[in-house]
Amino acid sequence: MKQVEQVTGNAIPLNRADVDTDQIIPKQFLKRIERSGFGEFAFFDWKKDPAFITNDERYKGAPILLAQQNFGCGSSREHAVWAIEDMGVTAVIAPSFGDIFRTNCSKVGLVTVQLPQEDIDFLMARAEELPGGQIVVDVATQSVSVPGTGWSRPFEIDPFVKYRLLNGLDDVGLTLQYVDAIGEFEAKRDDLKPNTEAAFKSPAKYPG
Amino acid sequence: MSTPRTIIEKIWDEHVVRRQAGEPDLLYIDLHLVHEVTSPQAFESLRLNGRKVRRPDLTLATVDHNVPTSDRSLPNPDPLSTTQIDTMRMNCKEFGVPLWDIFDLRQGIVHIISPEHGLTQPGMTIVCGDSHTSTHGAFGSLAFGIGTSEVEHVLATQTLPQSTPKTLAVEVTGTLQHGVTAKDIALAVIRQIGVDGGIGSVIEYRGEAIRNLSMEGRMTVCNMTIEGGARAGLVAPDETTFAYLRGREFAPKGEAWERAIEHWKALATDEGATFDRTVTLRGEEIEPHVTWGTTPAQSVGITGAVPRPEDAATSSARETAERSLKYMDLKAGTPIQDIAIDRVFIGSCTNGRIEDLRAAAGMIGGRKVASTVQAMVVPGSGPVKVQAEAEGLDVIFKDAGFDWREPGCSMCLGMNPDILLPGERCASTSNRNFEGRQGAGGRTHLVSPEMAAAAAIAGHFVDVRSWSA
Repeated sequence: MKQVEQVTGNAIPLNRADVDTDQIIPKQFLKRIERSGFGEFAFFDWKKDPAFITNDERYKGAPILLAQQNFGCGSSREHAVWAIEDMGVTAVIAPSFGDIFRTNCSKVGLVTVQLPQEDIDFLMARAEELPGGQIVVDVATQSVSVPGTGWSRPFEIDPFVKYRLLNGLDDVGLTLQYVDAIGEFEAKRDDLKPNTEAAFKSPAKYPG
Repeated sequence: MSTPRTIIEKIWDEHVVRRQAGEPDLLYIDLHLVHEVTSPQAFESLRLNGRKVRRPDLTLATVDHNVPTSDRSLPNPDPLSTTQIDTMRMNCKEFGVPLWDIFDLRQGIVHIISPEHGLTQPGMTIVCGDSHTSTHGAFGSLAFGIGTSEVEHVLATQTLPQSTPKTLAVEVTGTLQHGVTAKDIALAVIRQIGVDGGIGSVIEYRGEAIRNLSMEGRMTVCNMTIEGGARAGLVAPDETTFAYLRGREFAPKGEAWERAIEHWKALATDEGATFDRTVTLRGEEIEPHVTWGTTPAQSVGITGAVPRPEDAATSSARETAERSLKYMDLKAGTPIQDIAIDRVFIGSCTNGRIEDLRAAAGMIGGRKVASTVQAMVVPGSGPVKVQAEAEGLDVIFKDAGFDWREPGCSMCLGMNPDILLPGERCASTSNRNFEGRQGAGGRTHLVSPEMAAAAAIAGHFVDVRSWSA
């Protein structure tokens, strides 16, 4: 996972609520078996409108995405996170996030910052007025600030996600340290639980 | 005596491999379901890191999201989906994972095949790289959707780090009216709590109306949990659950069955256990629902009309409603029953099981699909299709002018050739009415199988409570 201590730069003001992952990356792009190259397809259908915010040159390459409540709801597709990351974004700030999207972000090093609605309204209005306006997201101090204005807000972050972000630690590698504990758990596991070995049984042909 | 616990806490506690202050719990996963769309990058990463699948015997794969539902003896029309299906085969072979492939009778939508073979059982932890994994909660299991990084994590370790969720009780009291279904409960719940009402929570569905649902109905309710923002939703196992599981292929047998029942019965939420929040709906007040917008919370009863955005509670809800109406090409105040449709889709992990097909076929009564409507039925799995054909449902559908297809996810998400054309309006038994979900520019109205079948015949939405078949 990517190490992230601080994200500094301008922000894309995506002023919409309940943006679902189908909008972030439509299904026709889920057929790829690679993990990279999704950025150009981000918001594919909305981008057909020349007035859509990501078409505005002034926000191209911005490292922060500002969104409204319940951002990333819907489908579990991690491709949505890969697409946003591939656009050059490293932090998303919103009043709330879809649970699975937020977890997916935490696995690849995309910082999610949850702030109260009034703070989002302030940042959104500012980013719309000043497309180059700078914002600093500091993971270590858990704060979002606007340089030169004195405006600064704290944010909550899961301590373990913070630890992994600051150190760029891969989840699987961390868990494999506890492989003995997993083995011990398996040894004591309920013998009534099903397994899928019988699923290998020679298949009945279909149709007929 | 120990502190009273909810079923959610009981299942959780039974699966903690490692607990450390300041870190999420490491939970053991009893069953990992895998499909072709969200797994290729996970397997690739295992390969790059020289890792193996820890428990192929707790893993089951199928192909469902992008398989064609047309004649499968013909070549797949889509080369990209062919590559993805081939990749699934290659990965399963290399890592020793069982795969129910496209010509296997057991192939079907991942959330339908596991329950129908008795693999989904009470008290289990179940994950899949698909948000509708919540379906399996119908059996009293803790089941939730995960992303591809988590798929990789489960493949490599058979565990997942998880932060403790909040608990939300959704109680549906009383008896449903005739013609009102599990789908209408799901839509009514989401309408009440909102699409973000369940964020950070696991739901236990309770109350008489839930108890009275069949297992298939409970699956429909739990399936749509994620549309209310909660990652998992479940129903405590009871005699309905046990009767469904008894004798199924993967269910315990003989003495093991008796021991299993004893354990499963003890899972129910203890008297006096508390939830972080409780929401109550009166079952008898729920009408057949139809969504009018582009989120699953934007729904209204069949006797209602498209609402006015200016009546929305917040400015943000008003803007969302305005955008939805524009996308849906609907005017505020239009009676729902005046909305004419072009397409009907009956199927999906929400409503693609045998009872759904029986209910839909039961609405037809010898009539024909309206000349202005194109309608399709996609069974959720091979066994559902075989059963429906044994009962003659396929003939009822075909005689009425419905298209009878092969199993898969199909037009629920339109990853295969089954899609809406721009501007087409569809009555769909699926779970998401997001913009473009069923095809770019397509307009989706979520309804029950009964409502979809009646709309196919009438050409517009009708109240199934007064529909005679």
